[in-house]
Amino acid sequence: MHADPKGVLTGVHFLDGDHACCEGTLAAGARFSAGYPITPSTEVVERFASRIPTVGGIFIQMEDELAASIAIQGAVWGGAKAFTVTSGPGFSLMMEHLGYAAMTETPCVFVNVQRGGPSTGLPTLPAQADMMQARWGSHGDYGIIALCPNSPQECFDLTVTAFNLAEEFRVPVMMMLDECVGHMTEKVVIPEAERIQVTPRRYTKRQPADFRLYEPLADQVPDMVRAGEGYRFHVTGLTHDDRGYPSMNVETQDRHVRRLQDKLKPLANGRALSETENLEDAEVVVVSYGITSRVAQRALQLARQQGIRAGKFRLISAWPFPEARIAELAGRVKAFVVPELNLGQMVHEVARAAAGKAKVMPVTHAGGGVHPPETILNAIVEAVR
Amino acid sequence: MNETTLEVPYEIPVDAHNPVEPFLRMDRMPHIWCPGCGIGTTVNCFTRALLDSKADLDKVAIVSGIGCTGRVAGYASLDSFHTTHGRAIPFATGLKLANPELQVVVYSGDGDLFAIGGNHFIHAARRNMDLKVICVNNLTYAMTGGQTAPTTPSHVISATSPYGVFEPAFNLVALAEAAGASYVARWTTYHVKQLARSMEEVLKKKGFCFIEVLSPCPTLYQRRNKMGDGLDTMKFYKQASKVRHGAPTSECALTKSGEIVVGKFVDRDRPGYFELLNAQMTETLGERYAEPEVVCGNC
Amino acid sequence: MAKGFVSITVERCKGCGFCVEFCPTHVLALSSAYNSKGYHAPHIVSAEKCSGCDLCGMYCPDFAIFGARYAR
Repeated sequence: MHADPKGVLTGVHFLDGDHACCEGTLAAGARFSAGYPITPSTEVVERFASRIPTVGGIFIQMEDELAASIAIQGAVWGGAKAFTVTSGPGFSLMMEHLGYAAMTETPCVFVNVQRGGPSTGLPTLPAQADMMQARWGSHGDYGIIALCPNSPQECFDLTVTAFNLAEEFRVPVMMMLDECVGHMTEKVVIPEAERIQVTPRRYTKRQPADFRLYEPLADQVPDMVRAGEGYRFHVTGLTHDDRGYPSMNVETQDRHVRRLQDKLKPLANGRALSETENLEDAEVVVVSYGITSRVAQRALQLARQQGIRAGKFRLISAWPFPEARIAELAGRVKAFVVPELNLGQMVHEVARAAAGKAKVMPVTHAGGGVHPPETILNAIVEAVR
Repeated sequence: MNETTLEVPYEIPVDAHNPVEPFLRMDRMPHIWCPGCGIGTTVNCFTRALLDSKADLDKVAIVSGIGCTGRVAGYASLDSFHTTHGRAIPFATGLKLANPELQVVVYSGDGDLFAIGGNHFIHAARRNMDLKVICVNNLTYAMTGGQTAPTTPSHVISATSPYGVFEPAFNLVALAEAAGASYVARWTTYHVKQLARSMEEVLKKKGFCFIEVLSPCPTLYQRRNKMGDGLDTMKFYKQASKVRHGAPTSECALTKSGEIVVGKFVDRDRPGYFELLNAQMTETLGERYAEPEVVCGNC
Repeated sequence: MAKGFVSITVERCKGCGFCVEFCPTHVLALSSAYNSKGYHAPHIVSAEKCSGCDLCGMYCPDFAIFGARYAR
């Protein structure tokens, strides 16, 4: 189905990434957001607070990030599409409810505009150092989806995708912006509502007597209901059986927790989102994401000018990690160069997928700025030497 | 389980059933609560309040946090949510805002609502969010083994205060009133009729409503303090309680073995969240304001 | 004849004694017999006194007893 035109600001705009992200939430059908102010993410909900009273919905500023990240889940079970927005320190606080959303299979979106850490770190300056936290930050085993836009246009487009994937897989989806992308202003084209695909919630067609809230369908994802429809269902963060009842034993734990990861496998393989260039003849591949991918673009140009057969692999869906693609490339290239605004996070995934078949070189940066393109170029040159 | 019924010296009508059963997931019985624990008693009162208030049960949602009382949601045959520790109120806030036709009841314990969840409690009360908060106060963290809670009275022995509690405790009813609750009452599990009536009142009242229910935890609180079993605690409640409707909540602090002031302390009308939202937005935006339609109609 | 009756689900009882203590007409006493979990459930000692007020049902934390009035 297509987007509800009420929320779609069709036209050509000059927007920063945070504002474009907000327009993406509205186009995707989000009518509820709960947030807590934190730099450099607040502009997303500031715009939502300004837009939503004329669209018809709720923004509530909660008392903290713990509250914001669970209020959205209450709204989802009430029937809303909902999201919250934060940055580093707030993202740490939201880990509790990232786990709750994963465990209870509550479709929702967390936007994290990354800044330098640890702790309060660099409130106004960029980093990409929350990538592992996005994947593993809550306790226990589970799966999530994380998307990494590298432009305001993608902040719009991928936010719509994030909501759609959340509904399809019943999983929390992270929008992993960084401060640069969040505050970068560019042209953003918002299409007409009928040209924006929106995934509806997978509401069951079964009657209450025949419905089990956590009975997985063929794609390993269960259908959903909302409160107030007579299903009298139960949702718990405890390990639960198909009925949603607590069932704390080895068998249920194994079945449930494995499914939380397995249901996302299509995204680790064929449906992974990426942007590639010049991979056909590549001897070295630069794997990057977010703002770093734009710096890497310059380094790739310079490398080609020097006659180095350098190719681009931009992670758009960073989680689940597209290991099949990287493994396939590892069989035919000499090296991967992985620049990121952290001291080495996604590079470990690249190395794991490459499994020793190609050299993997991190290009680290502690955050607060971006790499000079020459630093990445030097790594490319060294990689093919 | 074998549901034997005693041989009785008279006839029981065949259609007779326990009035709580339609409100409970009987396939989950027996529940996990200890012998002499009062949580089940509060559930009886709640089910009778639901019955008496003639609420449409399909439109009542119950939200719990973590702990012994947190398990109430799992036993109630309603749309029910067992959330994370301390976060029942913000979850309920989202649920209510998304779907205002739901009657949202928060049912949780003192540690959950007032230690880890204390901030959420005061803010929901400040907003006069239309939530009915029922706090079963057993004066301790029971699920984890009887540690000191912010409600544990001075001089009490607990698992983490082996030489006695010395920190002052919260007076929950005073806290609720100060934070802005529209309705504040306290009962004990001895006061079943009054508690059921209070619960029925809050189901019919708009705004943030709070009922504190003192309840025995014979396994961890009373035992450690040589205060007897559940029945002894019920007798203590009967003897130590004094009904004082409208009493200033500041005078209602609890002590280890002193008087327990019970009754309805606050019943006032403050504008609710939606009322204030709509008034402000209409004033500022006029006809441009679109009232919230949060539930995704065709998705 | 009694105005009401009580119904007891013995196996659900945990023997707290609330119903026995607070029955206004003293219909109940704890039985000396054990249920399968080892608790002493209540039994009826003065059936004729039962008013069917269901106070026992309101007190019972284990949903193991209730009272009701006979239809007239």
